[in-house]
Amino acid sequence: MKSRKLSIPYLIWMVIFTMIPLVMIGVTAFTDKDGHFSFEPFINAFQYTNVFAKSLWIALLSTAICLVLAYPLAYIITKMKRSTQNTVIMLMMIPMWMNFLLRIYAWIILLQKNGPLDMALSLLGIHGTYIGNTAAVIVGMVYEYLPFMVLPIYTVMSKIDGGLIEAAQDLGSNSFYVFKKVIFPLSIPGIISGITMVFVPSASTFLVSQYLGGTDDIMIGDVIDKIFWTDQNTGAAISLVLMIFIFIFLVIMNLFGDEEAIA
Amino acid sequence: MKSKRKSGVLSKIYIALIMIFLYAPIAVMIFFSFNKGNTIVWKGFSLKWYSALFNDRTLMGALGNTLIIATLASLFATVLGTAAAIGINNFKGKKRAVIQNVSNIPIISPDIVMGVSLMLLFTFFGVLFNFEMGFATVLISHICFCVPFVVLNVMPRIKRMDPSLYDAALDLGCNQWQAFFKVVIFELMPGIISGFLISFTYSLDDFIITHFTQGARFQTLSTEIYALLRRKIPPTINALSALLFLAIIIIMVLINLRDRHEEKIKNGR
Repeated sequence: MKSRKLSIPYLIWMVIFTMIPLVMIGVTAFTDKDGHFSFEPFINAFQYTNVFAKSLWIALLSTAICLVLAYPLAYIITKMKRSTQNTVIMLMMIPMWMNFLLRIYAWIILLQKNGPLDMALSLLGIHGTYIGNTAAVIVGMVYEYLPFMVLPIYTVMSKIDGGLIEAAQDLGSNSFYVFKKVIFPLSIPGIISGITMVFVPSASTFLVSQYLGGTDDIMIGDVIDKIFWTDQNTGAAISLVLMIFIFIFLVIMNLFGDEEAIA
Repeated sequence: MKSKRKSGVLSKIYIALIMIFLYAPIAVMIFFSFNKGNTIVWKGFSLKWYSALFNDRTLMGALGNTLIIATLASLFATVLGTAAAIGINNFKGKKRAVIQNVSNIPIISPDIVMGVSLMLLFTFFGVLFNFEMGFATVLISHICFCVPFVVLNVMPRIKRMDPSLYDAALDLGCNQWQAFFKVVIFELMPGIISGFLISFTYSLDDFIITHFTQGARFQTLSTEIYALLRRKIPPTINALSALLFLAIIIIMVLINLRDRHEEKIKNGR
């Protein structure tokens, strides 16, 4: 128990399968097709600036919507009976256990032309297309990642000491002030952790936009996937830029909350 | 009092709406799994897609691969991660912080970057040692993103454990291994189990990393469905979703029953 030896297999593992691959991305990103040092991959990567901006925008919107939906939800759940709380949380988790691709496929069925939503709304006289646009991508993202926002906020909120709330009430706070002065500040670590857990995957995922979005909704993950099979250097350069963006984002998030919230 | 009841009703409506959002897509899939026709036009009740599913060798094979990979990856990750957590716990200060940060890289970095970087590594090794990507590379990749979760779950348990328990076991004549397997492991068990379960879930669900490390022939459920989504999707996928959903519900209910049972035992004492 006092020995560090037990961690040696994992330390070796990390060097081979975490550090070396990252170094390889860095090296590949600065190499041209003939294997010479070059900035060419980054120059190629520049044509995708718009896609990059769009991905970050979609991720930002999805994260914001998740937060707006999840915060009241987490708050409501903490007000329920203990056993009901567990059931509701379990109900939130179940769709996450369905396969990632099946969840996207389910939305394709639901939103497609003459699909259930289209049918139901045309009965009311509303006609439109619900798939192949940015809104559909965002709905898909929110569906994929909403539980990642609810769970950390709920966990933090449910740990808030009831005595603090009572104390605030005794000191004359109405429920709005109790929320503003006690519950909200104490739930910030959960919010930070939720934002991180939703923003990082939604900025970098692929497929969601391929299947639910239109032609101009393509995201940076899709670009990496498309390019990497033919041009590894440019693919690696874009991956590196994405990684740096995510890293900056995490550092900023870190400034708002303590380290534990990120992990 | 009146406003309180009103907000209670609003809360219930809100939760109901979220649940509809979460379950409507799944319900639609289950509904169409019983459709006689092969489009989204209802042609009458039929179980033919279920029998088609069971006769679909590729899908069933992919499902089998997914379960094998998830089981092996999470078992291996649990052993590696638990040992690592105990070892890392004995590092102090800066060294320890560095190790933990490196260990968290797979959690923090985007899946696609991890997938791409592992693919670079495996193609490099593949040329060097003459092998192709497939079962082994997918398994290794899954272990990579599972271990950090095990470490994160076991670590707090080690910190909370009373170190004199281990010393007591040694004093009572256990050797180091006996002390570990007879005493320590039970103290760490809740962390080990949740690390295992998280690993298993992530491994089952993973598409992106598998996509980059699967090679030419090896398919998991995710990559198989991905291949299907690019063509015309057969309705067997609906039947598959319905069955998966059923399996998940059964597992969840069982876990819940076990938890309640344990709680009762605890309260009974």
